[in-house]
Amino acid sequence: MTTLSLRHDGPGTATVPGPRRRVTGLVLALVALLAVLVLSVMIGSTTIAPSVVWDALFHPSADIDQFAIRDYRLPRTIVGLVVGAALGVAGALIQALTRNPLADPGILGLHAGASFAVTVAVGLLGVRDIAGYMWFAFAGALIVTLMVLALGATRQGQSPTVMVLAGVCVGAVLRGAGSALELTNPDAFDAMRSWNAGSIVGRPLDLVWPILPFLAVALILAVAVAGPLNAMAMGDDLAVAQGVRLARTRVLAIIALTLLVGGATAIAGPIGFAGLMVPHVARWIVGPHQRWIFAYSVVLAPILLLASDILGRIIMHPSEIPVGIVTAFVGAPVLIALVRRKKASGL
Amino acid sequence: MDFGRRVLVLRHRRISVRLERRSVVVCAVLALAAAGMAVLALMTGSYQLSPGQVVSALTGGETGLVHDIVVEWRLPRVAAALVFGAALGVSGAVFQSMLRNPLADPGIIGFSQGSYTGALIVILVVNGTYMQLVGGALLGGMATAVAVYVLAHRGGVQGFRLIVVGIGLSAMLDSLNTWLILQADLEVAMAAAAWGAGSLNGVSWDQVVLGGACITVLLLLAGMLSRPMRQLELGDDAAASQGVRASPVRLGLIVVGVALTATVTAASGPIAFISLLAPQIARRLTRTAGITLAPAAFVGALLCLAADYIAQHIAPTPLPVGIITIMLGGGYLGWLLFTEARK
Repeated sequence: MTTLSLRHDGPGTATVPGPRRRVTGLVLALVALLAVLVLSVMIGSTTIAPSVVWDALFHPSADIDQFAIRDYRLPRTIVGLVVGAALGVAGALIQALTRNPLADPGILGLHAGASFAVTVAVGLLGVRDIAGYMWFAFAGALIVTLMVLALGATRQGQSPTVMVLAGVCVGAVLRGAGSALELTNPDAFDAMRSWNAGSIVGRPLDLVWPILPFLAVALILAVAVAGPLNAMAMGDDLAVAQGVRLARTRVLAIIALTLLVGGATAIAGPIGFAGLMVPHVARWIVGPHQRWIFAYSVVLAPILLLASDILGRIIMHPSEIPVGIVTAFVGAPVLIALVRRKKASGL
Repeated sequence: MDFGRRVLVLRHRRISVRLERRSVVVCAVLALAAAGMAVLALMTGSYQLSPGQVVSALTGGETGLVHDIVVEWRLPRVAAALVFGAALGVSGAVFQSMLRNPLADPGIIGFSQGSYTGALIVILVVNGTYMQLVGGALLGGMATAVAVYVLAHRGGVQGFRLIVVGIGLSAMLDSLNTWLILQADLEVAMAAAAWGAGSLNGVSWDQVVLGGACITVLLLLAGMLSRPMRQLELGDDAAASQGVRASPVRLGLIVVGVALTATVTAASGPIAFISLLAPQIARRLTRTAGITLAPAAFVGALLCLAADYIAQHIAPTPLPVGIITIMLGGGYLGWLLFTEARK
């Protein structure tokens, strides 16, 4: 190379919007999130008018619709909001960390790791409290993250497709081992069955509160490593030249990822594909700017998850489709579209 | 031509067969091991038998309880494990050779899930017979194969793109299958779910005979296609220069490979990873450069039988054989990725 080109003609620079457009977009996304939250409380086996929703929140009475809202729809919506936000940021984080556009906590087997650990905790060790089994979920997610990163590493750096295959393989093995445990202890695992399908139905808010501090810590960590991750997107050498400490950034990012995925899985079970497409959409809107990608992911991912959940409620009315099935049908085409792009490995 | 490998040539009028000596020896050893494993599987159970009793029951020397236990109860399962394992091994060998990728397993790229979807629809909609299940599984598998191929095609089919497309489709089909099972009545759903893990528990003589007949025909077809298949591994142009027409051969290979998987899936559900493991183990045992069909069939049969034996006896309650194969396959896959990455 004889000339050093400082011009960067990637699609990023041409379309990076100014701060004002980013803020406007985020405000619009927040409005959309609010609308989806209201719809999620309104729509179900019976549609409840917005005025009743308002009364249920601020003028409680013994009305049957209010009961449905307070005991079923509101917890479901809040769980969707928390789990969605966690999975969205986890997706953005793992894509930045691995520089792999196909990365998703579900595809890479992180959900399977957390689920297997929870299955062991609840089924074999008799841990029934989420404050106990969440530690297993964190450990499971952490171990699989480290395994997949090690397996996906080649001499030339990370190979996106090898990493995806490694994740699929680890996930398949853990799911097989999980079903072996379930089939040998049918009684103990009766409670696990609905949890394993990946759903936000019937999860009381008591499950959310112990996890929330961990998710908050993870978000702070994610924002803290956003700058170094931006620099690392250009390659490790350039990042080091800019003063980024690679090892520290990776460790912090992995801790954040573990808390997000482990926490979300402990609450809702494995919900795949939610973290795959949201960071891509965020990147199209804000350009390659990690902090903004995180901010958009926090807002956009719950929209996707709750919209999928609402879709699952109305599409086969009166029966319901679990949200994990809907997100697979929305997410898998996105995976296929991503791999069909010309530069499948570019991020 | 002599490539330094000892070759046996059998000639009878216009037909001649070239056999590599090492492959023949390996196949013979594998067949012996499978026979020993079969006797062990026929002996073991809540009513223990001696090897002598098993052999005499098989040769018709026993009557009464021992005959019933060996021939009516245990033999269908052992025969199914052998036949289905061989079918899965060959199916995997066909796809790995055609896609030139050691990870091209019908279970990873969605063909097994598609077969399972087809079979599930037949169960839930018409509560069909075994042959209708085979038909449904075949249609589901073929439709998935076509979809994967078309979606992965972009100025040629690149191996890794095909695999990632297959992973995506298999995730969707998995979800569809979960949902289909949720829709069914509890009794049907429970049977379908146990079957979905890949189990030889409910296999009957009818299925073994019918499935075995289908599989025999398919294995013969695969054998006829094996020479052009090996030539296609060199690339379409090189194969064409040797008089192989790529497209019809490839179509034939896809049909045979999917049909083998579908026949097994219709009887036992998707038994994971045997089709991934068998060709690779066979290749290492025979030390051939490419994928060979016959050793893959023998390894598949032995693997499936051994895995089913472990599945039946490792836990207090018998497990589906698919659980054992998924763990074996996963361990192997991890090791493969690990060593490939270190190269």
